[in-house]
Amino acid sequence: MAKELKLMKGNEAIARAMIASGTDGYFGYPITPQSEVMETLMAEKPWETTGMVVLQAESELASINMVYGGAATGKKVATSSSSPGISLMQEGLTYLAGAEIPCVIMNAMRGGPGLGTIQPAQSDYFQSVKGGGHGDYQLYTIAPSSVQEMYDFVFDAWDIAFKYRNPVLILTDGAIGQCMEKCYTRDFIPRWTEEERRQHAPWGTWGKPANRSHNIITSLELESSRQEVFNQKLQAKYREMEEKEVRFEALNCEDADYIFVAYGTSARICMKSMELARAKGLKVGLLRLITLYPFPKKQIAELAKKVKGMLCVEMSAGQMIEDVKLAANCSIPIEHYGRFGGIIPSPEEVLEAMEKEIVK
Amino acid sequence: MANLDIVKPENLVYTKTKVLTDNVMHYCPGCGHGTAHRIIAEVIDEMGIQDKTIGVSPVGCSVLAYNYFDVDFQEAAHGRAPAVATAIKRLNPDCFVFTYQGDGDLAAIGTAETIHAANRGENITMVFINNGIYGMTGGQMAPTTLVGMKSATTPYGRRVDLNGYPLRITELLATLPGTYYVTRQSVHTPANVRKAKAAIRKAFENQKLQKGLSFVEICSSCNSGWKMTPVQANKWMEENMFPNYPLGDIKVDGKLCENITADRLVLDHPLTVVNK
Amino acid sequence: MAFKGQIVIDTEHCKGCGVCVEACPMKCIEISKNVNSKGYNYTHTVNDKCIGCASCAIVCPDGVISVYKVKC
Repeated sequence: MAKELKLMKGNEAIARAMIASGTDGYFGYPITPQSEVMETLMAEKPWETTGMVVLQAESELASINMVYGGAATGKKVATSSSSPGISLMQEGLTYLAGAEIPCVIMNAMRGGPGLGTIQPAQSDYFQSVKGGGHGDYQLYTIAPSSVQEMYDFVFDAWDIAFKYRNPVLILTDGAIGQCMEKCYTRDFIPRWTEEERRQHAPWGTWGKPANRSHNIITSLELESSRQEVFNQKLQAKYREMEEKEVRFEALNCEDADYIFVAYGTSARICMKSMELARAKGLKVGLLRLITLYPFPKKQIAELAKKVKGMLCVEMSAGQMIEDVKLAANCSIPIEHYGRFGGIIPSPEEVLEAMEKEIVK
Repeated sequence: MANLDIVKPENLVYTKTKVLTDNVMHYCPGCGHGTAHRIIAEVIDEMGIQDKTIGVSPVGCSVLAYNYFDVDFQEAAHGRAPAVATAIKRLNPDCFVFTYQGDGDLAAIGTAETIHAANRGENITMVFINNGIYGMTGGQMAPTTLVGMKSATTPYGRRVDLNGYPLRITELLATLPGTYYVTRQSVHTPANVRKAKAAIRKAFENQKLQKGLSFVEICSSCNSGWKMTPVQANKWMEENMFPNYPLGDIKVDGKLCENITADRLVLDHPLTVVNK
Repeated sequence: MAFKGQIVIDTEHCKGCGVCVEACPMKCIEISKNVNSKGYNYTHTVNDKCIGCASCAIVCPDGVISVYKVKC
């Protein structure tokens, strides 16, 4: 497929980007509001074109462990789900992180807790960036706020995943997954050849040739002193990501007195709130977070020296705000505004919250 | 008292295969895991597929199986080996993929993954070690623990009213159209080891046919968990395990064996009450 | 045709489980009164009746037995 402009759903963009980015396998389980990812893949039949394997598993437990198995062979393997399914996947995610396996996971967040609702939410922030499973690990977490970014971030995700041998989480929500927008597709990147796979994943379980020792994929190390050394190595990798891979977008922050901090759908709302504020003469900017882990700590610390206050807007009870406050060292007023349970706030109510809580 | 003049390379008829590493296995003395490992490794060696074999180890006593097989290996989360192996095989169809799992891993926590991998007819080999107990965690009840059998969590013996029945997952899997070969073997005598090895060989060869999953149960002893000597444990296994878990082929080339009647498969459920 | 055999036991890696003792049709193997560095009473051959059938090696869980055999 050549580069073209198409109208598509966010979930469809994820699926099409997987095919176009040379993904080798997708293993999933249906859950609203992201079932169109697998539906699109099944309808596209990439196994007949690129050779990509697509399989519907019996559960999210199985699908994430299929990712673990497939990705351990050094191939590009992905899955997608939504909040309750991602909760089930936490076991697999900590194994993937512990065994340092590159892979891509998409979470189209819906309201919780429990079965919650199928409407959009952003209440899986803690689960995503604080390690939803056990142990000290991090997922590289990237939050698209448009269908175009849903598409593009799949390509970026593969680069990061293999560069750092780390799982990448594309954290989005039901609104972006379900909304239709125009999207520029890209030229297909062919799936890796056998030689390329071996070159990108010399650590993979692709069959032991006579000239190397056997490759073992495991997260087990019973010897505590070695397990500590391994953990130190993981932490060093995370520090490197924090140093090199932070992504954000600062809009109207140069002259701003007040800024919104938001990501994903909330950032889209805040863009409108910012326009409304500027029309009223309020110097308001927006820091749109693109990576949630690594978190743009330095940028927030810098902004905290310049602005009078920040409003964190999140479709949750207030999760990201904890990291914003830590980064700003609570040096200025920082408040949270959020709707949850599947409610998307209006630009007007967000601006009202800014005026009431921060501008005063 | 030895025929030491015979000990020459040209007279060597049996030694440990090179597909096993030189690492000393951590298993208890007399444990069937070592024998099961060895026959799998011998099959890989004899088929010349060391460079194409990918193993998946479970959580349980054989979690460290990857230290002993000189092939690429992955350690799966508890019970998830069939899902892991599914993707390995789907993405690497030219490779020979096997899982090696115990009763807790395969028949308790991983039951869903086991049944669905079998039902999809994944072209993999599953080796199931059934010793009726959780060995690694200290001898607790397994889904396969016999009625009346004592364990750390059934100190007065397994009770049907409290703990349900021993699960014969091998018979259950044989009823699924996705399984192509289902057999139960043991490795406690030379004759049984030879049969078990032939079964493993068939289960690996079947991967070339792409006709479904091959499943080899190895009924094994856990002398530490059963609190017996290795030799006593093997005798106890013959007397108590085999009536509940009869040895032999159940399904060959996609068809149930002639002696496998509906009674044998489903209804004939010997509830041998053992007093150990 | 008769065969004459000899086994070589890697006593240092033997765990003394005794499964081979049971398996030997010629009663050539016994558990030693001595122990290896791990403290296991390893097995050893006690006579020259070995026929090289390899039964002991086949059931040895730790693969510590090598078997040599000649026709005689």
